[in-house]
Formats: sequence, C-alpha cells, structure tokens
Amino acid sequence: MDVVTRGVPPTLEEQLAIETVLGPAPQRGDHDGVGGHALRSRRHLLLPTLHAVNDRIGWLSQEAIDHIAERLDLGPAEVYGVATFYSLFSPTERPGHQVHACVDLACRSAGGLTEPDLPVGVHPSPCLGMCERAPAAFVIEAGSPVQHAVAGRVTPVDVERFAEGAMPGPEAHPAAAVPQAGSDGLVLLHRVGRIDPLDLDAFLDDRGFEALRLAREMGPEAVIAAVAESELVGRGGAGFPTARKWDAVRTQDTTPHYLVCNADESEPGTFKDRTLIENDPFTLIESLCIAAFVTGCEQGYIYIRGEYPRARLTLEAALDACRDRGLLGGDTGFDLTLVRGAGAYICGEETAIFNSIEGYRGEPRNKPPFPFQAGLFGKPTVVNNVETLMNVPYVLLDGHATEHRLFCLSGAVRQPGVYEVPYGETLGGLIELAGGMRDGSEVRAVLLGGAAGNFVGPDDLDLVLAPDDVRAAGLSLGSGVVMVIDQHTPIDDLVRRIAAFFRDESCGQCVPCRVGTVRQEEAIERILAGGDRDLDRALLHEIGVAMRDASICGLGQTAYNAIESAVVRLGALR
Amino acid sequence: MVGLATVFGAGGGTSSYQEAEDADLIVMWGSNARNAHPIFFHHVLTAIERGAKLYSVDPRRSETAQFADRWLGLHVGTDIALAHTVAREIIHAGLAHAEFIERATTGFDDYAASVEPWTLERGEAVTGVPADAIRELAHAYATANAAQLCWTLGITEHHNGVDNVLALCNLALLTGQVGRYGAGLTPLRGQNNVQGGGDMGALPNKLPGFQDVTDDEARAKFDAEWGATVPAADGLHLTEMFEAMERDELRSLFVIGENPAQSEADVSKAIELLSSRDHLVVLDIYLTKTAELADVVLPGSASWCESEGTVTNSERRVQRVRKAIDPPGEARDDVDILVELARRLGHDWAYDRHEQIWDELRRLSPMHAGMSWARLEELGGIQWPCFTDDTIEPPYLHGRLWADDPADRGRPAPFSVVEHDPPVEALDDEYPLRLTTGRRLDSYNTGVQSGGYRSPNRLGETVDVSPADADRLGIADGEIVRITSRRGSVEAPVRIDPNLRAGLVFMTFHFPDEVDVNQLTIDATDPKAGTAEFKAAAVRIDRIDVASPVAGE
Amino acid sequence: MTGTTDTPVTLTIDGREVTVPTGTTILQAAGGRSESGIPTLCYGETITPKNACRVCMVEVEGSRTLVPSCSRPVEPDMVVRTRSERVDHARKMVLEFLGSSVDLSLTDGVEEWNAEYGAAPGRYGADAATVAQPVKVDNDLYVRDYSKCILCYQCVDACGDQWQHSFVIDVAGRGFASHISTENDVSLPDSACVYCGNCIQVCPTGALMFTTEFDMRAAGTWREDDQTVTETVCAFCGVGCNLELHVQDGTIVKVTSPPDSPITHGNLCIKGRFGFQHAQNT
Repeated sequence: MDVVTRGVPPTLEEQLAIETVLGPAPQRGDHDGVGGHALRSRRHLLLPTLHAVNDRIGWLSQEAIDHIAERLDLGPAEVYGVATFYSLFSPTERPGHQVHACVDLACRSAGGLTEPDLPVGVHPSPCLGMCERAPAAFVIEAGSPVQHAVAGRVTPVDVERFAEGAMPGPEAHPAAAVPQAGSDGLVLLHRVGRIDPLDLDAFLDDRGFEALRLAREMGPEAVIAAVAESELVGRGGAGFPTARKWDAVRTQDTTPHYLVCNADESEPGTFKDRTLIENDPFTLIESLCIAAFVTGCEQGYIYIRGEYPRARLTLEAALDACRDRGLLGGDTGFDLTLVRGAGAYICGEETAIFNSIEGYRGEPRNKPPFPFQAGLFGKPTVVNNVETLMNVPYVLLDGHATEHRLFCLSGAVRQPGVYEVPYGETLGGLIELAGGMRDGSEVRAVLLGGAAGNFVGPDDLDLVLAPDDVRAAGLSLGSGVVMVIDQHTPIDDLVRRIAAFFRDESCGQCVPCRVGTVRQEEAIERILAGGDRDLDRALLHEIGVAMRDASICGLGQTAYNAIESAVVRLGALR
Repeated sequence: MVGLATVFGAGGGTSSYQEAEDADLIVMWGSNARNAHPIFFHHVLTAIERGAKLYSVDPRRSETAQFADRWLGLHVGTDIALAHTVAREIIHAGLAHAEFIERATTGFDDYAASVEPWTLERGEAVTGVPADAIRELAHAYATANAAQLCWTLGITEHHNGVDNVLALCNLALLTGQVGRYGAGLTPLRGQNNVQGGGDMGALPNKLPGFQDVTDDEARAKFDAEWGATVPAADGLHLTEMFEAMERDELRSLFVIGENPAQSEADVSKAIELLSSRDHLVVLDIYLTKTAELADVVLPGSASWCESEGTVTNSERRVQRVRKAIDPPGEARDDVDILVELARRLGHDWAYDRHEQIWDELRRLSPMHAGMSWARLEELGGIQWPCFTDDTIEPPYLHGRLWADDPADRGRPAPFSVVEHDPPVEALDDEYPLRLTTGRRLDSYNTGVQSGGYRSPNRLGETVDVSPADADRLGIADGEIVRITSRRGSVEAPVRIDPNLRAGLVFMTFHFPDEVDVNQLTIDATDPKAGTAEFKAAAVRIDRIDVASPVAGE
Repeated sequence: MTGTTDTPVTLTIDGREVTVPTGTTILQAAGGRSESGIPTLCYGETITPKNACRVCMVEVEGSRTLVPSCSRPVEPDMVVRTRSERVDHARKMVLEFLGSSVDLSLTDGVEEWNAEYGAAPGRYGADAATVAQPVKVDNDLYVRDYSKCILCYQCVDACGDQWQHSFVIDVAGRGFASHISTENDVSLPDSACVYCGNCIQVCPTGALMFTTEFDMRAAGTWREDDQTVTETVCAFCGVGCNLELHVQDGTIVKVTSPPDSPITHGNLCIKGRFGFQHAQNT
C-alpha cells in the first residue's frame, strides 16, 4: 500500500532491533520492486517486532512505529492500534527499567501491595501467575539483551529496591512450585523434580517421544478414538472434548491446518501451565507433535504469556534441542513457532489468540465460524491448552490417565502450589493436601476457577472436584484455580479487585463488556462507599445478566460470575 | 479510443468495474489509478483482498505501484519495447492462446515476426526493467484465468500513443485476455465524460454512436432526422485545428468547456494562435484563461449539478446527471444557449425538455436505442451497447470473438505491427533530465474545478526529484529552482521523492497560474489521435541563486 | 455483505416459518432493518458487520447466549425470537450503556428505542464514566467529535481493508479507553488521511461530520427537513461516481454517495466528496 509516514528514520538501535525480526530492509531497484501480498503476508511478525523494539529500547517511538509500518506495508495507525492494545508496550517514552507489581487476588490475600501503596513508577499488574510465591513482581531491564526477571514473596522493601533499579535474584528451582514433586502416583507431574527439564536424553530414557511413535503406528483415527475414550476435555476453562475438536479439524478439506497451543495462562490464580512448561517442556512438545500428526498440521504456534520469562526460555531451549535432534522441524514435517504475548488477558481467548498471532489487536472474533472451520489465518485450527495437551501421551501409553487433573492452590494454605489429584478428591481434602490452613487462618471462602469462576463458602468443603459434581453445584473448575481465602482478607476487597480486573482486561470491542465492566465497577464502588446498596445490587445484577447474555466472548460473559457468587454465597456487598 | 476502435471496431473499454474485482490479475500500465481514479482502484483493491495479483508498469514507483506485487519501472516512452518483450516471452514459452489466435484474430505471423527481436535481454537494455521481472509479468498475464489490462494517460500522452495502445491490445489478443468475463482491456478515462463525448460523436470522424462520418447509410439517417446535410468528410481533431490555425485556415473558434490556453502542450504558442483568430467564442462556467482571450463569452452551467443530461463513464455506463442547484447570475443552461444560438442562426430547435434530445439520439444511435431515461433511472445507468428497450448486453464487449460459429464471431481482431519509437526529445548534456507529468489525488487538470475547495493535502506545484538528483544538483527540499526545456522555463519548489529514480523528474499541471508546466512540455503529437507527448520532455534544473536562503521548512 | 447462495434455508422467526437463501443473516431473514423491528447501531449497509454494539441480539433456541442477528447466518430449523425478556433486557442495557457514556443526540432511532425498551441512561448518575472530550477540528473539510463515538468500527473498516486502504485510523487502547485514533493521535494533516470522507459516510452517530454541517449546526442554520437530495455524477475523472448532493437554500451543504451504487458502494475520493465548491464559489 501507499504507506505514508513522517519519513523520519528510527534510531540505529531501533532499526537494529527491527532487523532482528524482519531482516535488513530490501534494496529497491530503480526499475523493479516487489511488494503487495509478499509484504503484507508478514503481518504475523508485527508482535515479535514490537517486542524486539520494546525489549531493546523500553518503549515504542513514533519513528519506530513508522519504520515498522513501512517494513510490513501497514498503516502506522494500525501498528499503533496493536501496540496500545498490550499493557507491556508503551508508545510514550519511559525508563528501560520497568517494575510490575502484582496487585491481584492471590497477592492481595498474601499481603501484597495494592495500587495506592505502589512506589512511583511501579506498574500495578494483574495476576503474574506466581501465586504459589505471592506476592510477586516482574522486572524488565530493556537493552540488548533484555533482562526479564520475576520475584516471589516480595516485601514492600523489595518493590522499593526494584523501583530504584535493582533486579530480582535467581528464581528457585521450578519444581518448588510442586509440593508433591517426586511422590508416587503422579502422571502429569511425574517428571517434576526427577528429571532435569532440559535434559532431552533423560526425557527420551523416560519414554519420551514413545507416545508419538505409537500415535504414528495407530494412525490419526485410532488416536482420536483413544482420546475420545479417555474423555479428555479442555483444561483451559471451557471444558470442550478434545477428541471432537481434533476430529473436526482433521476432517476439514481446507488446507493448511494450524495448531495453536494456548499457554497464555492469565486467569488470576492460575499457574499450572507455567509450572508444567518450566518442569517438563519436552512432554508439551511431544504432545503437540501428536496433535499435529492427528489433525494434519505442518505448523504450530505456542502462544506464551509475556510475563513468563523462565517458561519461555525453557521452551525455547527445548524446541532448539528437539530441532537439533531431528525431532522437530526439518523433514519431520512439523515445526513450532513460539509467540510471546505482551500483557493482555483476553489473548487467552481462543479466537483472540489468533488475532494476536496474526499481528492484529487481540480482540475475540465472533463465532461461528468456529476455529475448526476458520481459525488462525482463516484456516482450520486446533487450539488446546497446555495441560490438556500434556495428557495425551499418557492417554496413548497408559490408557486411563485423564482421571487426574491439576489444581493451582494459593491463598491461605500452608503449601501453595500445583497439585495433581484424581477426580473424586474433595475441596477440603485438597486443602489438607496443601498442608491445611496457615496457622491462625480459617477458611472464609474459596475462589474456584479464578476471576471468571465462583466463590464458595466454608460449607462447601465437601464438594467433590469432578466435572459432574461441580456442574451439579452450579460451579466450574475452570482452569483449576483453588484460592483459599481466610478471615484476614475482606471479600469486598476481592470483589472490588475482580471488577477492576475485568474493567482493565476487557478488550473494548463490544458494548456490554466495554461499558458493562465499567458500570459494574462503579456500582460496586458506590456500594462500598455506602450508597443505596439494594438499588445498586439490583443494578449489578442487571448489568451482569446483560454482559453474560450479550457479550461476544467468555470474558464479558463471565465478568459477573465471581461477583454474583460473592454476593449470593458469601453475602458480600451488604 | 482510436487504438481500441482500430482493433475491435468500438472505442471503449471492454470490461466493467465489477470484472476488475473478479479478475485474478490486474496490470495497471501507465496508470496511477490510486490517485487519478481512486474509486476504480477500490475495485482493484477488492480484487487484491480476494487474492488477485497486481502489476504496475510505470516509470515512477507511484502510489499505485506501491500496492503492486511487482512494479516494473520502465524508462519513459519504452512501453512498446516492454510490451513486445512480454509478447515474445509469451510466444517462446508456449503460452500464447493458439486457438483464440487462430479463430479470432488476423495478422499473427507478421506480429510474431515483429516482436521476435525483443529478447528479454534486449527488453531489459531498452526499458531498464530487469529481465526476470518482464518474464514474470509475461507468464503471469498469459496464465491468469482472467486478466485486466488497464491504462491511462501514461500510455496515450505520447507522440505514439495510439501505437502504445495497439501494443497492449496485441497482448490481449495473444493470450485471449479479452471478450470473456473478467478478462479485458480497460482504458481509464482521464476526464469526466471523455467517453460520453466520443459516444456523442465529438470526434472528427464519427457521428454519435461511433458511426463513421464517411458511412453514407449512417449519414443518411442523420440527414433525414436533422433536415440538413452532414458533410461526408472527416473533421479536424484538436491538434489539427491548431495546425490549421497556424496555417491561418481556421480563423474562428467556438470553444465549449475547454481551456486550451492552459492545457495545451507548449502553451505559449497556443495562446498566440488563440489570440490571433478573427472571432473566438467561449462557453464556460469560468472566465478561464481561454475565455479571457475571447471576443464573446457565454456563461454556461455546470453540467453535473446545474443541468439535466447524461454522461458515460470508463466502463461505458451511461448515467444521468441532474440539476440540484441553479446556475449563478446570468449563466444559463448550455442547451438553452445552443438552442438560442441556433435560433439566431435561423433554426427553430424545439426542445422543451432535455430528454427530447436524448430520445433523438436513441433514434439515431443503435447502441443507445434501449436506454430510455426511465430505464437509466431504474437500473442506475446502463452500459453500452444497449440495442432495445428490453435487453441488456453482457458487461464485457467482444464476446463474439469466442463464438464457435465463424458467422457469430464476425470481423476478426487484427494484430497490429507497431515499432518502438523513443520519445521525440532525447536527453542530452544540456537537458539531461526526463520530465514526466501527472496528477495528484486532490487536484484535477488545470485546477479550475479542484482549486475551489481547500484540500489539506494540497502541495501546490512542485518539481519532484529523486534523492540522488537532489544530492547531485545540491538542491534542498522546498528550495525554488528553475526548470528549463527547449521551449520554456518555469520556477517551482523542489520536492524530494524517494519513489523517483535518478534522471526522472515529475510535475503536475494543476497550478498553471503559479507554475505553467506546459511551458515545458513538447507539442509533438500523435498523428492518429492528436494527443501530445505530455509524458516525456527533456529538461534541466538550475539553482536560482546559490546564495539565497532555502525556502520551505 | 455475507455471501449468499441460492440454496434455501427454512427457519422459524417469532413463530413464523421463513425460507431464505443460505448465507442470509437472521436480521435479513427477519425483514432487515426496516421491517424486522430489530434495532441496530453499528450495522452499516456497505461494511461487513462488526457486531460490536450488541443491540440487535436475538434469542436462538439452543444457544447459551443471545446471538447478533446482524451477522449470524441462518441455519436450517433455527428457532429465533426477536423479542423476549432476555432480548429486551440486553437491548435495554446496551442502550443504557451507550446512552450513559456517549452523546447519542444525532443517532437515528435511539429515542424511540429507549422508550420501547425502557432504557434510562440517566440512572447511572452524573459520575458515570463517559467518553466526553473536545471536538477535533484540525482541517477545513471535516471534524471528529469522538464524544459521539460508539466504536462501531465502521470508519476504521471503511478507511482500512474494506474500502479505502489508507489505514489512517484504527482502534487504539483497550477496554473503556479504546478509541479511534491516528498513530499517536497525530492530527489528520500529519497523518496519511486523503480526505475521501468515506468514514463520514458510514458514521452512524454524527461523530464524523462535514465542516459545513458542523458549522451550520453550531450556527443553528442546519435544517435537514428543508434539504433536497439530488443524485448525479461526479464531474472530475472518468470513473463516473454517483453523488447525492444535499442542498439547502440553493447551496450544496454535503455530499454522499448511494450505498447501493455498483460503482462507488457509497465511497468517493476527496474531489467527489468535497470538490463541489467550484460550482458555488462566487
């Protein structure tokens, strides 16, 4: 297109950053030029290019935006529109040292800082997915190379230090997030703490890639039959049967087919996918190879949260190791691209993730068409969550393994972390498994399924954590969040935070969610300020029902769930 | 219009805009439609969104070229060389449409022989375009399911404009890219109703409906309807009129809605000739430079909003224009003026409604016969030909060429043997830069109409030069420089344009009152169409005063 | 804009059996905007519906949520209710959400729909967040009053890949802070804007407006009822774009193009849209 910019070149540093992704700008001949579809087909490089500049410089200048637009044949306004969608990017100048302190539910209930208390310049962050070490912080030092580091159990003094320029020290071993590590009877977590996450030989010795071999022997249809028999359903929150998804894509005539692994784990209180990747990346890769084989994909994408530096680096190293060993890429007929998110909860939505990968604003799409019909790049696409996928090798090798699932225990328990339990465990039993309540704490409430889930009360501890029982109770396990709230954390404060979370994370596309989440928060604030509570609780309900019925995607549709359950089950906002 | 009429018998684009949307390949040759025909380009954009490929052939990497999958930046005036090279490549690659050539064309052998010397290497040497780009275009065009070949003044405003058109028509005949839905030849008309003017017989050799003046049978119809005798000889086209003025054979002029005192190439000469006529009458909506020279000025009406009638667009669609406002002051409807003029000359033309004039045309021009105003209203315009009140022809022309029955096929379309002929004015040490002219998006022709609104993007006249030439000449963006050709000299600010290559200079002709660019252009004209070579003059650029401060920012 | 084929689909709308071609939307099947009684805000005739406003929601049996009638294609045996308690509630709330945050004073239909669905935008109080902001006047041809913007995305799509391909504006920011913007909010003269005005043509709320109209409204002289609209053809290049000249007191005050024109699809360039002055400059 006839891209019009100010024509002011970027700085050398910006240009070098851009070229790390896009390569050097092609020389145009005096008499010949290539453009059109060839240029525009590279739009999926927009998000990585924005990252490259933001990583190196710390922000995105107008000149950098212009130059990226010129290189990708986009309008600068489009680049700006995408850049401003993500909270980790900034189109205005800022220091290269950036501190994001989690102010979300688990960190709040662990005594973390809240917005008003943050030191100047520290960004309040939604859940960083480190709830087992709450309160958490994420620190970025722009440069070449950029440094990303996270810190757990931070004190206000730590945050102050980070704000002044310090970087967090090294993280504990990833197995520290799994209190059960090394125990018998684990399936998904059985390698955690026993095998070096990046030791490919050890993985291969432990039946690594055997399931893929078996899948190839069985053929796609038999694999799907086996997965169907295992009753494996999505573990990202929606709970859709995996075998049906796979079969729907496998049988589509349109080609190519794409595979997307959703590792954009952002539901407050969820950290299982990060834990799995950091501890056992090769199983994820093998699982993706199986899914690709079954559904006829030659290209897959792993979309990982921008706030998960260690998981990303682990996965990058694991992918390289597999490629070096001829297990991925090359003539294997399948390769994986790692895509880094940039701070947007909504990108975990199964169609928003496509737009984000394609280089558009991460806004969800209307369904139909469904991903299996027209997903990534408009082609039939399988989208699976990390935990879901990682069940597959065990389904094929051992038959019945999906009767286990992972829970993310956080809050007022003695040993927060990722737990693997068989279906049939009760909520109370799970809390006991996590060492029971902290000294002096008693269960006041449990948030199940995250901000999009529901609160239950102390009377619900005998709830059986199996799909049917949970559904019967009008609840959902969602992404496996079990956040235990004690008497020291005011429920109203959590409700207020949940409302703020959805207001912040709404993509803004549809009216019910864009305005509804704001009106919901305003009503809660009025109640907490002592207004006409009955009137505003009724209004909250009206708002919530409209969001649930009329929003485009799951974000708006669930933005009232936890708040409603807090009101109804816990008597909040009275 | 002459080129297409020579090949196909009808001087109109062969396709409809909708077909551009459904084509899988579009070649914009000498056409910056993105700027000059923005809404036609919307149809091209729709095609691109659907996956169609776009090739742009243009000396400049124009706004249109910037959308192209491939831009072929030929030297100015080497269109025939490029077309011939494309043709030879198609023939040698075995991609010519043998069946179509056999059944629907004549003269292939001579044509093939004429393009034979145009190897890719020679094509590259003459046009500057790398051989692989030429080869790519040849293969893409020949193998497309439906290719549109579109051009504008970049093809026609040359001393050999008709030959240029013929060379492009040859490519369509060679590959069968004409006469089918989606495949065709689309000349984009530079001016509103240029097509309609031709349709109405405003050509020296045609009666309305493209009927030949020399056709006795056709003329007899007009004689009968008008009760007068139409002369059997061709008239003069615009350039011939100026030649006739030069010889003093043409002594009086009635100029309607033209501004030759500013729009002619080599305007100094044009003004001198116009000023020395016995009698000059100008009918216009403005007191144009030409009107200022006139003995009598008749203030007319803006046909598109102050009068009723029809126009014809570039897809041959006849459309109604309607009166929305009254002409100002003593200005009158053009038809009233003409009728009154006729009355003073002793003829009683009894038209009470504009529609009556149209109905007269429908009686005389078979291709318009089925287009009642009521039907034009109902269908939102109708593409010609439209022979009867209850039929509509296909949106594309010349489908007959594909008919199985030779009788239905009619006259085969002839290949034309034309030769590459570089611009009349060669570059030399004294005039080393090639000046080509064109349009900007927000302005139009000599600016008479577009000067009426305040475009935030209007630049005024500039001389656009490549960064390399600016460096070499030591001139800065915004600096006023002198541009000189063998005919004249103007001053304009520099605009450095990275989309120009060294040696190529671009100016518009939108601001003649400030910078009279047509002082520079050459009046070498095409003998067949009378169009001047606006697209290729030799100029040099001089700094005015190296000591003077640089203007602009 | 949804592709239709000739295969018929039979479904039930409000208890009435309807047969329409495959690919027809529920809104079309229900009789379109004029006949169905379904309100629409972000829907435009020349733009693929974004279905972002969610005021056209209807109930489809078996669907967990309501569905946007403007873009959901019909399916065989679908059972649709265009009015129900759920539907009416969603419409009421959407009207309230927009009415309480955006200036809808120039948006067709809002007053009637507010009455019909019992929407009371005022009940959110004076402190409710709004998108109120100063009008952007940065060129002579048109103004942008984003206090009236409902984020229907039509201007973005018209400027972008659906028509003009200039990509001068996009949605920037996120959530309630989402807004239509040039890069870094630069003024239009600093942007790639070519002033085709195709964004003005599709704007349903009067957020984008000819300067002529804006000034006349400010002066209290804009009288839409006294205007005539005459269809004609643009006088500039040879493409033949259809124009609608809006004339008040013998003066052209605004130019649009018929959305159903096969030549323009409602689009024009700067010359067609704004180049009319030459006919009335004195």
